[in-house]
Parts: sequence; C-alpha cells; structure tokens
Amino acid sequence: MPKILLLGDEAIAQGALDAGLSGIYAYPGTPSTEITEFVQKSKYAGENGIHSQWSVNEKTAMETALGMSYAGKRAMVCMKHVGLNVAADPFINSAITGANGGLIVVSADDPSMHSSQNEQDSRFFGKFALMPILEPSNQQEAYDMVHYGFDLSEKYLIPVLMRITTRMAHSRAGVVRRDVRKQNVAHLPSDLRQFVLLPAIARKRYKHLLNNHPHFITESEESPFNEYIDGTDKSIGILVCGLAYNYLMENYPDGTVPFPVLKVGQYPLPKSMVERMADECDEILVVEDGYPMVEELLKGYLGRGLKIKGRLDGTIPRDGELNPNILAVALGKENTFGLPIPDLVVGRPPMLCSGCPHIDSYGALNQALSILPKGRVFSDIGCYTLGALHPYEAINSCVDMGASITMAKGAADAGMIPAVAVIGDSTFTHSGMTGLLDAIIEKSPITVLILDNATTAMTGGQTSAAMGRLEDICKGLGVEEDHIRVIRPLKKHHDDFVQILEEELAYQGVSVIIPRRECIVAIDKRMRDKFKTKQTATP
Amino acid sequence: MKKDIILAGVGGQGILSIAAVIGYAALEQGMFLKQAEVHGMSQRGGDVMSHLRISHDEISSDLIPFGKADLIIAVEPLESLRYLPYLSRDGWLISSSRPFTNIPNYPDIEEVLDAVRAIPQHLLLDADTMAKEAGSVKAANIVILGASAPFLGMDFELLENAVRFIFTKKGERVVDLNLKALNAGKEFAEIHQRN
Repeated sequence: MPKILLLGDEAIAQGALDAGLSGIYAYPGTPSTEITEFVQKSKYAGENGIHSQWSVNEKTAMETALGMSYAGKRAMVCMKHVGLNVAADPFINSAITGANGGLIVVSADDPSMHSSQNEQDSRFFGKFALMPILEPSNQQEAYDMVHYGFDLSEKYLIPVLMRITTRMAHSRAGVVRRDVRKQNVAHLPSDLRQFVLLPAIARKRYKHLLNNHPHFITESEESPFNEYIDGTDKSIGILVCGLAYNYLMENYPDGTVPFPVLKVGQYPLPKSMVERMADECDEILVVEDGYPMVEELLKGYLGRGLKIKGRLDGTIPRDGELNPNILAVALGKENTFGLPIPDLVVGRPPMLCSGCPHIDSYGALNQALSILPKGRVFSDIGCYTLGALHPYEAINSCVDMGASITMAKGAADAGMIPAVAVIGDSTFTHSGMTGLLDAIIEKSPITVLILDNATTAMTGGQTSAAMGRLEDICKGLGVEEDHIRVIRPLKKHHDDFVQILEEELAYQGVSVIIPRRECIVAIDKRMRDKFKTKQTATP
Repeated sequence: MKKDIILAGVGGQGILSIAAVIGYAALEQGMFLKQAEVHGMSQRGGDVMSHLRISHDEISSDLIPFGKADLIIAVEPLESLRYLPYLSRDGWLISSSRPFTNIPNYPDIEEVLDAVRAIPQHLLLDADTMAKEAGSVKAANIVILGASAPFLGMDFELLENAVRFIFTKKGERVVDLNLKALNAGKEFAEIHQRN
C-alpha cells in the first residue's frame, strides 16, 4: 500500500479503523483531540456505524468504552493526560474487571506543558493499574500498535494503555496501512460476573490480574516494539523509551550507535533485556520523555545498585520535553547552536480573539467587582483562562475542569462573600454540574458565570454538550429561576450586564449568569462550511 | 538531499499551508518527511512554529536540532528572529518585512528589520504588497514560500504542482493567484541572489 501522510493522532485513528474498531469515546483535549476528529470525518466510519460522538467527560468516555468492550466489540477511549485523572476511577477498575472486546485507552501527555497545567506521565497510571502499556516512537508504530494492542487486549481480556506525547500526536510522517479487519460480532463475556466488582469477585479478579503480570512481561520480551540492539562499547548501555529513540539516532546519522541500545515501546519493561544490559554494561543511561519512571525503577530509592544516569543525576534535565541536543550533551557529543535570540524579541502569548464574547464578559465583571477587594474570581479550563493575562487580569485560579465552582464555594465557606466562579459551557457540563449541586444544597453565596459560546472553543470548536440545555440543567439542579440570568455580552449591553452582576453579587445564595454569544471563530467556521456546501451543491 | 526547515509566524498566518505545499512536493519525489506542528492554545494569536524535515534518507527526530536548520521561513519579522538558535552557520533566513503587531510591546520595527539584516544570509521582502499585486494579501505566505524556493533544492515545477493540488478545492481563481504569488516570491529571490 502507498504511504499516507498522517499526524501521530491520525495514525492511531486510522489504525483503530483498520483494526476493527466499533466505537471511539473521548472528550476533546490537546494534544489528543485529532484522534477522535479523524474518526468523525472518516467516511468509512460513517458507513460502518462506528461510534465517534464526543462524550461529556473522560470518565463517561472511559465507562462507555468499557461498556462497548463488555458487549464484545472493540473500543478506543482517548484523552489528554489530565483527562486520565478524571477517568482514573473506571480506568483503574477496568484492569480488575478486564475487557471482553479489545479496549485501548490512549492518553496523550504534554511534556513542557505546551497546552496543559502539568506534565504528568501517564505511564505511572498504567503501572498503577497493572496494565500493559504501549509507547510508539514514530507514526508507523503508532498505527501498528493499535492492531497489536487490540490483539493483546483480546488475548488477555485486559484493557491496554497507549501513551503518546504532544510531539508524537502533532507530528506528521508517512504511514503504510494494513488490510482492514472486520468489527467484532457482539458477544457477552464468558463469565457474566466478570465485571461485577463485589469484594468477593474483585479479590479473584485482582489475583487473576496479578497472575497475568508475568505473562505481560513475557509479552514485552517478545514484543516487536522492544528491541535490544548490540553495540561494541559496553562502557554504557542506553535505554530509550518511545520518541527518545529518535533523538538518540539523530546523533548517529550513519545509524550505528557504538553502545548497546534497548529500545522500549512496550511495558512492563522487558525484564530479560534489561538484565542483559545491566550484566554487560558498566552503567545505563535512561532516556524517557516525561517523568523518570524507568530510571527510578532501575536505580532504586537508595541508588546503591546499578549505576544509572538520566534525569535524576542531572545528565538530562529533570523537567521538560526531550530533544536531540539534550541527547548530544548526555552522550558527550558536540552540541550545536545557531545564533542567539536578539534581546529585542519579546514574547507573543496567546490571547482572546478580537470580538471574543469573553472580552465583554470580563469587562463587565471587572467593573462590577471594582468596589470589592481583589482576588475573588475562581476560573476554569478554556479560552477564558486567558482572562488571567493583561489587560483583563480578571481571574485568580485555574486548576482543573470544574474547580471554579467548587473553589468559589470553599472560599465562600471561609467567609469570602461574594465569591465568583467563571466557567465555560462545555467545562460546566464536563465537571461543573456536580459542584454546583454542592453549592445549591448549602445555599452558598456564590455567583457563577457560565460563559456560553456554544462550542468547545480552545480545542478547536467541538460540539458542546451544554448546547441548548444550560438553563434546564441549572433549574433542574435547583438554582432559583429568578437567579438564572441570561445576557448577550456585547458592548451595547455593558451597563445592563454590570447591573445584573451587581444584583446577583448582592444575593445571598447561588446565582447563575449566562453570558451567551457564539464564539467568533466558530461563526467564521460555520459560515465557511455553509459556503462550501452551497458551492458543492451548485451544479 | 536533506533540508531542515523552521517555519515561523503568528497563529492564523498560514505557516501550515507552506508546510503542506513543501510536504506534498517532497512526497511526490518519494522523499521522507517529518513535520512537527503546534496545535491548541498557542494558535490563539500567539507565536507558532513548525519543524519541517524532508530527506531522501529516513529521518530520525521529529525535531530539528539547534544549529542545524538549513532554512528559517518566516511570515513575520519578529517571529523570524525567535528561532535563530536553530539556524545553521550556512543557513538562510527568509522573512516577510511586514510586522504583525498584536502585542502592545512590539519593538520598533526598524530595529527588528535591522536585526534580520544582521543575519549573514537573509532575504527580507514585503510579502503583503507582493501578494496584493498577485490578487490577495492572503497569499503572503505563498510569496514567502516562493522566495524560499531557490533554497529548497527541488524543481520549481514541483512546487507549482503542489500549490495547484493544495488550493484546488478553493477554486481556479485562488489557485491562479497563489501561483502568481509563488512566482513573484521566486523572482524576488533570484534578483536578490544575482545582486
């Protein structure tokens, strides 16, 4: 088959489609979003009834995928690394229940925090759950690993974690496809109590998982994605995980590394290969994107055993994404550098688009709050987080999806009255609703702004689950109707907006204000799509 | 043949279209390609860059090492300077001279252009004006691509075909004006090189 040019994300999606996927479940999150979008745009997926609609959050996505696996079909669930925190409960327990139809969980880490609030390493979650983990080093492997992962998942009836990083997700390269495999026929688990985690059953299931662990190690030792490449100079062995292999090879353009190299793409670690390296090399350099997981494992807490180099001894920086230069320095090779950046070059941070409805919302909020002491606005994850920056400087927190409402409640409990929460429509349905119920139950004096731009804007304009439902959700949860206020955030409504805010800030209970105006990027996209359809419709 | 290219600009200025054209032309010749892009938060009016690597041999890293880029292709002069640590000693910097001033502390433009002129091998052109002459200011990115053409080491026809392919969905008029833009950039580079 000819090579096609795919992002890492797209290679995973194409791999899933070709490997007999029946459904993909996800909530958008950079850098994982394009996996699901690729399936959504796929004609083949549409014609073959492959599910691809967005889930409300990562937990519901994980659980729904597990349900599809229970029913015997192959499912994939995708998220960014912090999404795995949200999905952690079903994720960890899915290792105990096991799978039925093949189940792959893709978690996209973001070393160097290009678009995230931390650089946590999903491999720890896989290890924690005792699940096999796959980590591709290039787009072809990303594609191939999906086939392999579904097979592994169905062989041991276990979900498999696939860990990628931003660089893998958003880098393009040629990929050769395989033949398309049919979807599974629906079939029940052979034991109908497999998924019933009552303690008595869970104990058995957990033992089953533990008993499988040696098999998982054997699988890693025989995996096509783990390779021991011998070298003549045994003064050091190099253990590289995922993309680190490429950065290593970039430093050896002729393709020959003088030292033994262990290329790791599947965990648990291939024990016999690590043993071989430990036996024949004086020391081991561990190179991994993210946290020093393998390094810590090999080094041990006291570091009295093997001589291990890596992030912990400063051979490689402790944080941030890897690159070829970091490897050059670690290998004692000549480092290269172009010209210094002239002093006059200033930063160009991302900003709210001109005409963005959030600008009007922050304008009104800042004015309404100007009579109160500063520091009482709790916010959330989305474009509106940019309201922290100049010239708005309007928010005081951004922690995790939904934390705005609950943190405002906690601050109000501590006597900060009024406390304000600013959250987007999609983030609200993702994780804000339950927190709002907490506040309603205690009639907490908080004012919640649900900035409704009718889309999931920051990740590129995906459908928002809140669309057309916000007032009903708030009413249903118990917000008093008089204190659900809707306004169109425009300059001409500024004074009305400020007045609404002042009234609700004075109210000693839960108020919800919904500034509602469509994201201007979304409008632009909608208009262009409309124009395109019109053009293609014209004969 | 192997070319390592840093593409630089501001979100929305069309650096990914430049990458798509070069990428298509490279694949047509059976070359290997790796291209690391920036998605997500940075696209909101922030600085964006892409590592584009094309080669007749297999490519290892998705990222170009510092000091190894053959070309920096920038659609904005301040952004062209941000990635100088990547430029190799004999590398070329090709940039639009037209500033995109969406930040309050944008430095004095003459100082920015002087800093570009201080780079031993550079090409600075008013791509916006040239694009307007070709039919649309939106084609400024393709003017810059045209100016980079002599440094890409591939037949110009391949680039023209790639422009046709990439823009064909947008209609004949768009294809034509982008081809004009591409040629205008190329001619500028050739005149400059002769001098």
